Amino acid sequence: MSTLPAAGPQANNAVPKRRRSADPVGIVSFIALVVTTFLMLLPLFFMVSTSLKSKKEMLKFPPTFLPESWQWSNYKEIFETLSFGTMYMNSLIIGILTVVGTLLSSALAAYGFARYRGKGSSTWFLLMLSTMMLPYPAIMIPQFILFSKLNWIDTFLPLIVPAFFGSAYNIFLLRQFFSTLPDELFDAGRIDGCSEFRMWRQIALPLSGPALATVAIFAFIYSWNDLLTPVLYLSSTEKLTLPVGMASLTSSRFRIPPWHLLMVASVLAMLPIVTLFAVAQKRFVEGIVLTGIK
Amino acid sequence: MYLFISPWLIGFLVFALYPLLSSLYYSFTDYDIIHPPQFIGLANYAEMFGNDLFWKSVTVTLRYTLISVPIQLLLALGFALLLNQRIPLRGFFRTAMYFPSMVSGVAMSLLWYWIFNPQIGLFNYMLSWFGIRGPAWLMNPDTALYALMIMSFWTAGSGMILFLAGLQGVPASLVEAAKLDGAGRFKIFLHVTLPMISPVLLFQLIMGMIDSFQVFTQAFVMTQGGPNYSTWFYVYNLYTSAFKEYRAGYSSALAWVLLVVVMLFTALVMKLSNRYVHYEGGKR
Repeated sequence: MSTLPAAGPQANNAVPKRRRSADPVGIVSFIALVVTTFLMLLPLFFMVSTSLKSKKEMLKFPPTFLPESWQWSNYKEIFETLSFGTMYMNSLIIGILTVVGTLLSSALAAYGFARYRGKGSSTWFLLMLSTMMLPYPAIMIPQFILFSKLNWIDTFLPLIVPAFFGSAYNIFLLRQFFSTLPDELFDAGRIDGCSEFRMWRQIALPLSGPALATVAIFAFIYSWNDLLTPVLYLSSTEKLTLPVGMASLTSSRFRIPPWHLLMVASVLAMLPIVTLFAVAQKRFVEGIVLTGIK
Repeated sequence: MYLFISPWLIGFLVFALYPLLSSLYYSFTDYDIIHPPQFIGLANYAEMFGNDLFWKSVTVTLRYTLISVPIQLLLALGFALLLNQRIPLRGFFRTAMYFPSMVSGVAMSLLWYWIFNPQIGLFNYMLSWFGIRGPAWLMNPDTALYALMIMSFWTAGSGMILFLAGLQGVPASLVEAAKLDGAGRFKIFLHVTLPMISPVLLFQLIMGMIDSFQVFTQAFVMTQGGPNYSTWFYVYNLYTSAFKEYRAGYSSALAWVLLVVVMLFTALVMKLSNRYVHYEGGKR
């Protein structure tokens, strides 16, 4: 920018416009972006193209960019070799129930933290914040023992039930949002004789669509990608989630890993996330910015 | 209020506080989950500090963290700075850089398991464009950890989004003022932009490190901690001793060390941040 004199008529712009052709930094940046984007997208391109190659073509080196013959049957094969459909459904069911639980419980708790600023409320809030950093591995052993005493091993319950008791990140995020709602709304509600619960349901929740959507998206992604928890709790084949089933593709029981299936599984596992992104890109970006969860 | 926060409160007591306290207790016992725990004092901790695998896991995790987290941050910041200019196709570049972060978890591990395959994978093929003969990556104890670091750079796009948000918060007036005073690009970055986004930088550093202390998926899917324990991450070690060897007491000691380290890290960085990080509105 310093290489250009402050151009008079354009100086009121927030970011000064540069004549692209005249700005060497702009050109270098553009080239750098093209190169990095190419590098970032290349693995994705190969993921899709490899998923459509035949077993024989997979083993060729150097790898071919596009399949010589398009093996759409690979996508059928994965449902036949792994019980992929069941796993997909399991992951979806667990994901959706986790979202429901997280939304209900986190929105309730967040409302409590946002609306009441009486004695002790800040202590509770700080306590809640402190659990945001709590590493799951630090508590997984006693949780496992607890759930095994309840006879919940090899059921979905250990993966779903904790979500119904709120998670610190989401409570924090929603509390910040609820705090921005004007007090007058709730005063008006009280005058009309609304109970707190009704105000939560009929004033706070309807006004918080975007924030709730953000929480829902991230709760789903977290559950969809989680490997450690289902590895601990699920063992019978018909109960496995997608990540656990996919992880088994690299196990030593295959002399040669079924490469084409690895790629098919990855493409299919990515689909719901990409769909969510396409539908709600703004919420997505907002969620990353607000929570720092990636 | 208590009615509203009660779901969280119950969850906190049952799923956080109780597990924390009981794992503290288990860490002083010999416990195989089936028979009742036997109190053995500090023996688990003594064993841990004399255990080669424990130290291996600490070294692996620290090396991974200290190398991959800073580089990831630099990449993310670099991308963000590039994209914070007026540049053609900005939206496309931003989405393209973020896209890989959507393939997280096991799917990413499977993809890179293929990419790093020395016989048929993409990585050594690309190296061959430059006349480099790549190593066996995941199959070689000297390179396996580096392979996982390289993989982690692929998801720098999500950090980039955070930096972009931070950069957009830098007031244009400050940049203009610096420019009027004759500061060049680099000086503006160093004295205006960097201090203004330092909270974002710090936040990402803490979260990145805490995440990286808990690496599990890659080790479980791609290397099973090997070859020759070269990717024996801390949490993988914890998982193995708890759920493969059923040593709940010893593993609880491991869990508590992790917890204390994460807490110390959080506290340390918070403290440093008060001294070195600029917050809008002066010192708090």
